[in-house]
This record gives sequence, C-alpha cells and structure tokens, in this order.
Amino acid sequence: MTVTERQQLSYIAAQAADARVNLEIETEGMTLNIGPQHPATHGTLRIVAKLDGEQVVAAEPVMGYMHRGYEKLAEVRTYPQVTTLINRIDWLGSFANEVPFILAAERLMEVEAPPRAQWIRTILFELSRIANITLFLGDMAVQVGAITPVFFAFRDREHVLNQIEAATGGRFHPNFDRIGGLKDDLPAGWVAETRGAMRKIRAFCDEIEELVEGNEIFQARTRGIGVIPPGVGLSYGLTGANIRASGVDWDVRRDSPCGLVHDQVDWKVWTHPDGDSFARFWVRLQETREATKIVDQLLDGIPSGPIMAKVPVIIKVPAGEAYVETENPLGVMGYYVVSKGDLNPFRVKIRSASFSNVSITPWLLRGVYVPDIITILGSLYFILGDIDR
Amino acid sequence: MIGVLSELSYWQVTSIRVVAGLVAVLLVAGTLVYAHLFKMVSFMQSRLGPMEAGPYGSLQLMAEIGKFLQKEDIVPRRADRFVFKAAPFVVLTSTFLLLVVLPGGPDAWFISNDLGIYLAMAVSSVSVIGILMAGWGSASKYSLLGGLRATGQLIAYELPLLLAVVGVVIQAETMNLQEIVLAQANGEIFGSGVIGNPFIITQFVGFLIFMIAMQAELTQTPFDMPVAESELVTGYMTEYSGLRFLLFFIGEFATAGVFSAIAAVLFLGGWYVPGLDPADNLLNVLGPLVLFGKVVLLTFLVFWVRFTFPRFREDQLQRLAWKFLVPLALANIVVTGVLKVVV
Repeated sequence: MTVTERQQLSYIAAQAADARVNLEIETEGMTLNIGPQHPATHGTLRIVAKLDGEQVVAAEPVMGYMHRGYEKLAEVRTYPQVTTLINRIDWLGSFANEVPFILAAERLMEVEAPPRAQWIRTILFELSRIANITLFLGDMAVQVGAITPVFFAFRDREHVLNQIEAATGGRFHPNFDRIGGLKDDLPAGWVAETRGAMRKIRAFCDEIEELVEGNEIFQARTRGIGVIPPGVGLSYGLTGANIRASGVDWDVRRDSPCGLVHDQVDWKVWTHPDGDSFARFWVRLQETREATKIVDQLLDGIPSGPIMAKVPVIIKVPAGEAYVETENPLGVMGYYVVSKGDLNPFRVKIRSASFSNVSITPWLLRGVYVPDIITILGSLYFILGDIDR
Repeated sequence: MIGVLSELSYWQVTSIRVVAGLVAVLLVAGTLVYAHLFKMVSFMQSRLGPMEAGPYGSLQLMAEIGKFLQKEDIVPRRADRFVFKAAPFVVLTSTFLLLVVLPGGPDAWFISNDLGIYLAMAVSSVSVIGILMAGWGSASKYSLLGGLRATGQLIAYELPLLLAVVGVVIQAETMNLQEIVLAQANGEIFGSGVIGNPFIITQFVGFLIFMIAMQAELTQTPFDMPVAESELVTGYMTEYSGLRFLLFFIGEFATAGVFSAIAAVLFLGGWYVPGLDPADNLLNVLGPLVLFGKVVLLTFLVFWVRFTFPRFREDQLQRLAWKFLVPLALANIVVTGVLKVVV
C-alpha cells in the first residue's frame, strides 16, 4: 500500500465517520399539526406547520372539519326557513348573518322594509357586531397569554346579549329578520336599557385599552408581527377590520350601503397604517366604540310606523338573481341568491369573510415563530362556522 | 426544640422530619391552590370560583385530588416509558430537596448547612432535568417544544436568581440561611433595630431581580412560554394524566411556596417577627407560621402577576434575562460590595 493509497483510505474513512456523525445529529424539519383540536383555533381549523426549530418554514390551513353544507341545505328550505340555518354561520354575531340574505330576497321581491324596521334592523346589526368583537378583545389577550381579560369580555358581552334576547327572544340565534321587516316590535323600555348597555360596553373598551392595549408585553408580542401590506391583503380578498388595519379605507357600511341606515348617522371608519397584529386589535377596539355610538344615535331617532311591509303569507320569490353584501363583524359577508320563482331558492352562494381572511395564512405565517402563529391567527379573528359553512 | 429532638431516638426524629416535610410541601401547596388559584383569581376575574364542595368551596381541592386519582394513568405508545413515568417524581424531588435548608425557627430546621443557599440553588436546577425528561419522554411534538423551551428558560433565569442572592450573601456574610435570618433579626437599619434589618430595604434591586427570576423559574406568566396553554397545550405536561399530572401540579405550587419561602428568608427576615427575641423558644412554634404568612404574601404577588400579564415570546424573555437582569444583578453586586467595604 502506497502512502497515497493510505491517505486516500484514511480520507474515505474520515468521510464515512463524518457522514455517520452527520446522520446522528442531522437536523430535519418537524411537521406540527396545530389542530383540528387545539385551544387556539376556536373550533376545528387545522394548521399544518413545517417547522425549523421554532420557526415556521411553511404553513397550510386545512378546513372542512366543520362543513355543514348550508348552501345546499338552503336549496331545500323555503325562504323564511333559510334564516334558521344561516344564523349559525358566524355564531357570535348571529343576527348580522340574516341581514344580507333577507336584503337579497327583498331586492328580488322588490319590497322594502318600513323605516322603523330598517332602523331596528341596523341597531340589532350593530349590537351583534358588538357582541362579536367584545369577545375578540378578550380572546386576543388569551392568545397572548393573559387569561383575565376574557372574563371581563364575557361579563360585559352579557349586557348586549341580554338586549338582543329582550328584543328577539334568542340570545345566540335570534332568527328575527323577516322578508319585508322584522318579526316583532321592540319591547317597552328597551331603548333606555340598551343605552345603559352601550355605556357599559364603552367602559369595557376603556378597561381593555388600559389592561391589554397599553401593556408593554402585549405590544412587544403584537407590534410588527404578521404585517399585511395593503396590496397583498386586497389580493387575498381580506375584508373588514383586517384590511382596514392595513390602511385601506374601505367599509361597505359607508361605501355601498343597501337597506341599512348607516348613512343616517354620524360615524367614522377607523384605519391603521401598520397592518400588524396590533393594528388589527386596535382597529377592532375603535370599531366597537364606534358601533356603540352608532347604536346610541340610532336609538334617538327610531321612526314610528309599522314593523312589516305588505308581503304575502306564502312567500314566492320571483325569478332572478341578486347579490347583497354587508359589513359584518368579521368582514364583508355576501349572499348570491338565484331564484327560479319557487318557494325555495334555486342556489345560494355565501361569501363569508373568515374564509378569505384565513386564506392569507400560508403567505403570512412564513418565517414567524410558533408563538406568533397563535397571535396572528387570533388577530385575523375567524369563526370556524364562518369558514366552513 | 433541639433539646427535645436530641433526646429522641433516630427513627422518631426521622418520622417527625418526614411528617414536617410533607406538611410543609402539601399543606402549603394546597393552601396556595385554594387561596390564590381558586379564590383570589376568581375575585379578580369577577367570578366566585368553587362554591359547592365544602364551605366556600374549601374542599374543592380534595375533590380534584380524588378526580385525578381515579383517572387512568395513560402512557403514550411511543413514549419512553421509564423516563416518562419517572419525570414527575424528579420534579417533586427537587421541591423536597429545596425544603431541606429552609429554617422555620431558631431551632426548627432540617439541616443547618453553611452552604445553605448554595445547596438550595443547586438542587432547584434538578427540576430542569425532570422537565426535560417529561418533554422528551412523552414522544409528543408539543411536549418536546415545551420541554426544550423550559430548559432554555430555566437555565437562563438561574443566573439572575443566583446573582440576586449574592448581594444578600455579601451583606449577611454567610451562606447559611439560618444565619441570614439572624443577621436580619439582629441587624439595625438607619440606627434603629426595631424591625431588625430586613434585606428588602437595602437589597431592593436584588429582591426585584429575585422575584422576576423566580417567576420565570416557576414558569408562571409572563414567563410561561414552556407551558403556554393557548399554543402548546401545557407543553411538557400535555401527555400526562391522573396521578402523574397531579404530581406536576403539586410540584408547581409547592415549588412556588418553597421559592417564596427562600425569598422570604433572604429578604423579609424569614421566621423572625419584630418585637421578639430571636432566641425566644416561642419562635419555634410561631416562626413557621410567620414564615407561612410571608410565603402567602409573596405568592400573592406571584399569582397576581401571573393572572394579569400576557406572556413573553421565547426570544424576548431570553433577551430580558441576558441583556437586562444579569447586568443589573452584577451592578447590584458591585454596589453592594463597595458599600460593604466603605460603610
């Protein structure tokens, strides 16, 4: 054996040893399934995250674990029966789900609810927004690790739910909106009580501002995390507070009102230039305050008159197509209703906000740390029922 | 008391010590769970907490223990069975070992070691091994992440914890916890010995660093990244059920109690209560109660913070430890040392 051969052999042996060591300490990515059963996903959303250490390389949302087939079921229900189903789409702000569908049906039938019904409809619409977002304000703190604010959120949300219950009879699923108006008029004393509830909600917003928004740790966890540039957000179809937090001044309530009376009151669309998790939280906090102001102003000027327009007892909707969208608590929600002149709709396509809001997660979660997945998902704020209809 | 003990035979002394140790760990842990976790936090969160089991829900803890004992002891199929099963005991062992050096009165102590605080700091690190065992042995990704986070965090915060103690050691000129108490009891501050010289006044910076580092050692919010319910589903404890989960649970609260007791000894004068002679035999009975009162006070702070603040991210809490607490603790040592020489 020559020297060269010996050197070559030792080189090969060293290579083999290196390979063995590399095999032993080889670091490979880890695939972490966050969900479908996970406390941070508000239901059954699954996030498949490929991790390098604690950093996310790629993340993919998997939905459909809670698909209930409402679009198909709506085809075999009469128009008044459909509201029972669509109540359960965004279950935290149920009444708001009914409004765009009823408006679409009204447009097809060419009836218009009387002014009193329109005003009360708008009030209940905003109340369900408050009921929805109050819970977000507390829940966002839970996602970041503080568990106390969510109890305050549940406590003060109760005031709003009580008012919704007093007016509609249902705390969670009012099923109150009718084609051509509302089921009932308001009970006596409701206006004054609602004013009191709005005061409590404003106090709650101040509390959250001090307890959560002003907290340094909360700001360190959310500022600069999950930044969505306006262009990217628009191209993924983000709506609602998520896109307003990126500085896009767009609110369906103001820009294309249909059937609701937001244009009768004085209010402001809040935007934030940053586009990070903190901005989304901040915008929602301001929107809750703004909603209480809208409700207060509407309560001042509820017109008198009937609560229902003249509609036939058996509702047959003329053939045609209508698409109506409203600014729901989670974002823009639209119903595309196709009628063939029957008792039931031929086709209902539901555009729900959370489905589009969650679709940005693969883009947004690249390169963040595992704890930030949770804050970003929390700040995007989705309801599982709103993703899987 | 020491006179009484010396007349007893070995097995009698050992039995007394075992009972005293169990009482000191379990009773304190139980009290903390009821008073702080069940009641104080409930009042903070505008709810009542447990009310049904016993008067004002005071027996709720018994019901919880009964529930945990009934549950099946599940070991995941792919888990490292021995490591998985042993981990809670390792964590609890660290808690019991911490207790050994703790003085409860002029003569009421388990051992009086001249390296007392050094020993305490050393054995408190044993729990890291238990947590790492739990994280690795569970064969769960969440547990592994939690275990690794816990290890990194506990090692990082051990340093400021230790450095915060050094200031006290310099001032008391001893590492024996009993003598640290006596130094505070017999000392005087601003020329007056009425309240002795509790080191919280002179070592206030050290006290703050100790409390912050303690919060992190106990993995309580804002440093609860390793257990993080909302993302890691309680981290290294994810796969545990029944008795072993209960052991972790007891370990968490008992360690909170014992760490608070060490903080009370170092900074609040331990078992000493102003107005009594430190050598008074009455303090052998009263001392443990006084210490317990101070423990409840300090753990109140711990849980108040725990249920108020959000949690830091892993990199943020490492930054806090290495870039802020450690330099501050070192500066505290330098200032203490200089003042010790000058004054």
